[in-house]
Amino acid sequence: MLYPLIAGVLFGLYFSLVGIGLNLVFGVMRIVNLAHGDFLMLGAFVAFGVYTAAGLDPLVGVPIAFALFCVAGLLLYWILVPRLQRARDPEMLSFILFFGFSQVIEALTTIVFGTSERSIPSRELANSLSGVRAAIFGGEATNGPFQIFGLSFPASWVVAATVSVIAIGCVYLYLYRTRLGTLTRAVMSRREEAIATGINVDRVSAAAFGIGLGLAAVAGVFAPFMFGSFTPAFGIDATVTSFVVVVLGSLGNPLGTALGGVVYGVSYMLVQTYLSSWADLLPYVLLIAILLLRPSGLLGRRVRVA
Amino acid sequence: MPDTLRHYLFIAVPLLVVLAVLPSVYNNHLLLFNFVIFFILAQGVNIIYGFTGYLPFGYVGFFGAGAYGFALMVMHLNSPAPVAVLAGGLVAVVLGLILTPLLRLAGAYFSIANLAAALAVLHLIANPALESITKGPYGVALNGTFNPTWAYAGAVLILALTLGIVVYLKNSSFGLALQAVREDSFSASMSGVNVVKMRTIAWLASALVAGLAGGVFAWYVSVFYPDNVFSADFSIFAIVFALFGGVATICGPLIGVIILYGIYNLIGFTTPQYFQLIYGLLIMGLVLFLPAGLVSLATRRGWNVP
Repeated sequence: MLYPLIAGVLFGLYFSLVGIGLNLVFGVMRIVNLAHGDFLMLGAFVAFGVYTAAGLDPLVGVPIAFALFCVAGLLLYWILVPRLQRARDPEMLSFILFFGFSQVIEALTTIVFGTSERSIPSRELANSLSGVRAAIFGGEATNGPFQIFGLSFPASWVVAATVSVIAIGCVYLYLYRTRLGTLTRAVMSRREEAIATGINVDRVSAAAFGIGLGLAAVAGVFAPFMFGSFTPAFGIDATVTSFVVVVLGSLGNPLGTALGGVVYGVSYMLVQTYLSSWADLLPYVLLIAILLLRPSGLLGRRVRVA
Repeated sequence: MPDTLRHYLFIAVPLLVVLAVLPSVYNNHLLLFNFVIFFILAQGVNIIYGFTGYLPFGYVGFFGAGAYGFALMVMHLNSPAPVAVLAGGLVAVVLGLILTPLLRLAGAYFSIANLAAALAVLHLIANPALESITKGPYGVALNGTFNPTWAYAGAVLILALTLGIVVYLKNSSFGLALQAVREDSFSASMSGVNVVKMRTIAWLASALVAGLAGGVFAWYVSVFYPDNVFSADFSIFAIVFALFGGVATICGPLIGVIILYGIYNLIGFTTPQYFQLIYGLLIMGLVLFLPAGLVSLATRRGWNVP
């Protein structure tokens, strides 16, 4: 019982990181980024590139992926979004637009890298930090499994969960302790009033879009370790999982995602342990149930109409 | 001559006649069959998305349910194929009824929930625990009913039915009421439109044609796996074809299938990733520059496109 619980929390924290970028983008722009999972996939390729081409610790990929996709997000925002916002039904059209975009990303990645599955040996993640770990927790400078309550967990899970907590903390600081973050929250809660008070909505939205994609790519860096392997086609599954996590937490409330992620992670691990053949069904059933019973998520505001 | 009859005589009947004659002059029967299936599915998407505004991202759920309805009838009850096809349609309608609560969700939420529902049905059928009933992930083989000629005829018949529904929606006050609901459900209900009932009827009609198509597909191929008949490609292709041509018209989805599925068969089989790239870019271009589809090139000039 204890093992699936702790594993669930570790996975859940990681899933929060997977979903939070999607939620930030939706909260600010009311845009459904169906290409979210594909940015995750590209992040995984960054980790792969850092490891195979440069021979570095895949953890180095985290800042690289974040910076790279932040910039990409800003550029994309200015190309796609203002045009989209002028349309009659931006939310629905964004769904289709980003679906097309995800196809383009998947196709280009397939053309460049092929369809083969790739993986990175999990002991490579955070290998360079094993000295630091030995200094803190004692023991030898290895990258073996972590001991929590006498149970051992792969080091890569613990590292991914730790980075996720740090990243979510940074999102919190950004939203609640910076000027741009305060403006972001203003746009999230009342877009029209934010425009009326003279907030530069485009600038705020562009920043949120860049950060959202950056976070997706950071989550992607850990994807090879959490899911075992990745292919260019893995984006769509990642998108669905992100949706489950985000809807569980509540759409439009980035911090609710952290809760949603943990709930999802724990329930996934419990089902996997006790009813393993039904585990694949869980995210979908959970998603439908939450949308119908409590569409505003575990925390958050109303989204359902009619 | 009333418009209903004229549209059916001059658009549907010529298409059906061509499709009925082509197998005797053209050898690639599988290709023709696939064209008919996509005509049906694109028009099915048209019924629900074009006339009510609900974008069914998990439309393939009905198709797969129909295919498995057919397979279960043949495997367990030894029923003749045409009866099993009807049963496939019935299964899809029942699935549609179970999923009617999803219609309470708006916009993107509906699409996400529908996608999740289709994946849930897939994982239910592919569950190894249900192997004795559905054969689980190992797929079904229905040798007894294999008869491509009659299955093709059945598909053309279903297409005739589907086109009949679309022609009716296009020319009836029922279809007009549906479009009013799509534009502004509140005003429509104020003008005496029974919003919930009308939506549900359109939803079930769209489920029925997809289920029948799935049944006839199972009849034609007779050996398939859950992943084949629940492939997300069916939903995606059907949606893209319908949108590309232009929804809420009779011709739009047909034009979309002929052009895009034609291109797919020219280049898609050998290099699917290039086709994926092209249709990804097409979708994006469409949303940004031509959100009402190809037919809007004509309607913008004031021409009336049926």
